Amino acid sequence: MSRAPVLEVDGVSLSYSGRLVLDDVSFEIGEGEFTGLIGSNGVGKTTLMRVILGSQRPNSGTVRLGGSSSAPRGSLLGYVPQKVVLDPDVPMRARDLVALGLDGQRFGWGRRTRQQHAAVEQVLHDVGAEGFANSRVGTLSGGELQRVLIAHALVSRPKLLLMDEPLANLDPKSVQEIVSLLHRVSRDHEVAILLSAHEMNALLPAIDRIVYLTAGRAASGTTEEVVRSEVLSKLYGHHVDVLKLHGRVLVVAEPGHERNDIPDHPPLTIS
Amino acid sequence: MHLLFEPGFFTSGPVHTAVLIGSVTALVSAIVGVFTVIRSQSFAGHALTDVATTGGSGAFYFGITPLVGFIGGGVVGAGAMDLVGVQRVRSRDLATGIVLGAATGLAALFLYLDTTTSATTGATQQILFGSIFTLDPSTVPLVAALSALTLFVIALVYRPLLLSSVSTELAGARGINARAVGLIFMVAMAVAVGLSSIAIGSILSTALLIGPAATSLRLTSSLRSSMVLASVLAVATTCVGILLAYDSSYWDPSSQGLPVSFFIVAITFLGYLFSGLPVVRRRVGRRRGDLEGARAVDVGSRPMSEGTA
Ligand SMILES: Nc1ncnc2c1ncn2[C@@H]1O[C@H](COP(=O)(O)OP(=O)(O)OP(=O)(O)O)[C@@H](O)[C@H]1O
Ligand SMILES: [Mg+2]
Repeated sequence: MSRAPVLEVDGVSLSYSGRLVLDDVSFEIGEGEFTGLIGSNGVGKTTLMRVILGSQRPNSGTVRLGGSSSAPRGSLLGYVPQKVVLDPDVPMRARDLVALGLDGQRFGWGRRTRQQHAAVEQVLHDVGAEGFANSRVGTLSGGELQRVLIAHALVSRPKLLLMDEPLANLDPKSVQEIVSLLHRVSRDHEVAILLSAHEMNALLPAIDRIVYLTAGRAASGTTEEVVRSEVLSKLYGHHVDVLKLHGRVLVVAEPGHERNDIPDHPPLTIS
Repeated sequence: MHLLFEPGFFTSGPVHTAVLIGSVTALVSAIVGVFTVIRSQSFAGHALTDVATTGGSGAFYFGITPLVGFIGGGVVGAGAMDLVGVQRVRSRDLATGIVLGAATGLAALFLYLDTTTSATTGATQQILFGSIFTLDPSTVPLVAALSALTLFVIALVYRPLLLSSVSTELAGARGINARAVGLIFMVAMAVAVGLSSIAIGSILSTALLIGPAATSLRLTSSLRSSMVLASVLAVATTCVGILLAYDSSYWDPSSQGLPVSFFIVAITFLGYLFSGLPVVRRRVGRRRGDLEGARAVDVGSRPMSEGTA
């Protein structure tokens, strides 16, 4: 890896009531790298993000951010949670929510400086949210809300942006828009992104690296390094084929081993 | 009969005290109320009034000033609801209901004892429905201090409270302890309810907590303007209520005058109904529409394909 790592996850294991969810997971993310965290439902993506955030303690292993395992994480990290439910009756405009990304954790009423207002305007522009900046957050559509949440997480200029399944519930056009937006943001703002998804195809054109999570274990590297038959077969514990067609990938288990927890697997026939 | 101000309104000592305490406590209720409504904690607010009733009637029985009982009861109730699980949305109503039931039962006991053992009649009336014209002017400094403290605490936790009211997930992501913030708010709510209990009575204090806030949230598009409007409405309602109650003793010379609480609650209720009228909503909606007019820019039409090499 050419650039200094902003995140180092080393040997993280975690179990919930005796069930191992993360099993010795290790990977690194370099500055400004866009990394996809790919895995099917329930495989531990959210859990891994919570470990990185520091809100969940692993049973073993370490997480180092910006070269330190103890630095305050708030200023280095931006986080967009998987489930954000907002009430349409709350009089908070999208612009207000973005501004709370600067200082929402601080005490006091808070008068914002001209620079802070400018930063809010800039990030609203960067994510293409000017058009609905004055709408109540609870009334935004899924795609609009994602943009506002990205702005909220980005406005404090973090080094690493954690995004938990931001593409779920979006139609293909919005998926493409958000992915290219994040690609642009990671390049222009020099911010590393770890984005979880249960499908990789929409991400392949944009991401630099991939962390592939299955049954608690992870393989990481560039997409070429990871999305290969040998690597994924070892991860799944039986043979899978990786088919590449027109820049898209299909992961197929051999007959008799078909399973429904493989991302980007063609649908199984129902017998 | 005079047109608006009956003789003595501006010179009466009890009226001065009533206007002063009424206005200050209405202001606190309005500010706390806006957060109560956006946090969907109206039911918890109502439960706190029942716990305040218990505290107030208990204090009366033991010969302590009811204000201490109102606030003490509310704060204990807030703590109890936190313990039973008011923070988790799913168990919120349950926790509130359990505390409410227990408190009301105790209040029934104390009110019974108050009326049977004390020589003073009207204990029930005073605790449940307020006694703003008989307040001792010496309580003014205590009321002012508690009000200032409550507003200060709300201002202190303003941003974390706001973010965790909007979304506990987003608050958690910034390292905010939403449970601690929620507990601080519940205590502030208990004090607000206790304060307005001495003015309009413990049972009716929900009206001042929820009414002006709910009305102003309908009519404004930002939180700050909601808080300003709610404060103005609450203070104006209280002063007009006091005036009408004072005047009412002149309407029918044989009577003592009608209770202040009745007028305050009636005006609050009418205000809420009025804010919901289609005409009013449409006018406000148009103003909001101006704000949101820029929405017409279709995001989907932005050329976003750059970058997806
Ligand atoms: N607090 C918890 N207590 C017990 N088990 C948990 C807890 N949180 C998660 N789990 C379990 O850990 C596993 C991983 O959950 P996690 O939410 O990390 O999955 P995920 O990959 O984010 O799934 P999805 O794609 O559905 O969001 C699941 O089996 C889940 O049931
Ligand atoms: Mg998840």
